[in-house]
Amino acid sequence: MPNEGTRDAHAHRMSRRKMMKGVAAVLGAMALPAKDAPASVWESFFQKNFRELSPEELKGVLARLEKEYSEKYKKAVTVRANPPIEGLLFGYGLDLSRCIGCRRCVYACVGENNQSRDPQIHWIRVLQLNKERGVDLEDAEQYYNPAKVPEKGHFYMPVQCQQCEHPPCTKVCPVQATWKERDGITVVDYNWCIGCRYCMAACPYGARHFNWKKAGLPPAEMNPDTHYLGNRPRPIGVVEKCTFCVQRVRNTPGRYTACVEICPVGARKFGNLLDPEGEMRYIIENKRVFILKEDLNTRPKFYYFYAT
Amino acid sequence: MKMERMRGAFAPAAIALLLFLAAGWVPAAEHPKASPPAKKEGASSQPQYAVPTPPFTPGIFPCSDCHKEMTPNPKRRELKDEHTNIVLNHAEGQRWCLDCHDTYNRDRLHLVNGQLIRFEESYRLCGQCHGDKYRDWKVGVHGKRTGMWNGEKQYLLCVNCHNPHDPRFKPLAPMPPPVRPEAIRK
Repeated sequence: MPNEGTRDAHAHRMSRRKMMKGVAAVLGAMALPAKDAPASVWESFFQKNFRELSPEELKGVLARLEKEYSEKYKKAVTVRANPPIEGLLFGYGLDLSRCIGCRRCVYACVGENNQSRDPQIHWIRVLQLNKERGVDLEDAEQYYNPAKVPEKGHFYMPVQCQQCEHPPCTKVCPVQATWKERDGITVVDYNWCIGCRYCMAACPYGARHFNWKKAGLPPAEMNPDTHYLGNRPRPIGVVEKCTFCVQRVRNTPGRYTACVEICPVGARKFGNLLDPEGEMRYIIENKRVFILKEDLNTRPKFYYFYAT
Repeated sequence: MKMERMRGAFAPAAIALLLFLAAGWVPAAEHPKASPPAKKEGASSQPQYAVPTPPFTPGIFPCSDCHKEMTPNPKRRELKDEHTNIVLNHAEGQRWCLDCHDTYNRDRLHLVNGQLIRFEESYRLCGQCHGDKYRDWKVGVHGKRTGMWNGEKQYLLCVNCHNPHDPRFKPLAPMPPPVRPEAIRK
């Protein structure tokens, strides 16, 4: 049968296996940077995980990013990578008897941390709760918009990354692109993140946010004082989160976070949990304190309290 | 319990005030232009806090610019000529101007024990009644504190957030709510 013979001959020339190999090779090649891509693209392509970079390699990475961002945003951008200060653990306090829900913190955070304006990404979500029902998250409203706050019969609870001691988000990352640092801040290596969003599913506080599109960050509004693990501009397709303003607090002396600095009622407190004289320890020892979703054993270092 | 504590504090305060007024008032009545009685100014033995200048109405301080030509009138009354914009909404039945402002040195405030203090130290005056808030404020828990978390901290005076004559914190207009997810999706 001549027909069958022909078919066999063709099958021999282009077997299923061969074709799949070819397709894989072409697709693989397409995923690589183009042949005439600048050297920096190749460098970022072969960049190691942040925690495996040698000091020299890190220096090179920071210089490359500074150059890239300075060109893109038309200003002198610094990218630092200050390591954790030894012997301290950052903690945060939020006074629920003071917060009036004015959302100043939300936008101060956006300005400090270079979040995308459009599509909008907010690291802080302020919940309006009913005084009669207490902290009942089923009953929370985040889109409230009256002329003046606080509204009668309500109280307000801002929620952001709780900087857990047992963070569920870092455990699920398949590539170890997110981890808890020694000073207690959970960070993301945006160059290593593959955008699978497992961490977002694992976080019980809704504190992680995804860059679905290229960040809409106007150069004029870009904060040029950045940290590699914090507020440097994020590429598309990676997850980001609150880092307690790592670019501010990891200095000696270090500034308070942007949200602490803006709060008009002084509801936000920040300090070293290991300092017995610090305000965080005073709050924990003297005030009525609770942590959010304690039953999950995430052990947040974000303490809600009532000063009165 | 809180009320009892407050009443307990008021009795000595009232006695001290009466004594102070009696001491200062009589000589002043004899010599209308008499120099103010020599009162000791607040000793700076207390720890100092980095505070901003008090939020005076522009041009109003020093008060002595106007008051030095005037004879102090310690009689409790409604002010008709000046300071008419001040509406006291702060336990107004129990106090008036000269319970906090000094009668003879208008550029100073006085504590219930008669000690004169500068306006920059007004937290000591507020702390006489609001001791719990004063205690929290000193450690940086009540009120806003900015600056360096592990370095120099900038405090605010009570009066930077609370109008001393009408101290309740005023409601604010909130910033815009977040965009709903369905509005972001395109």
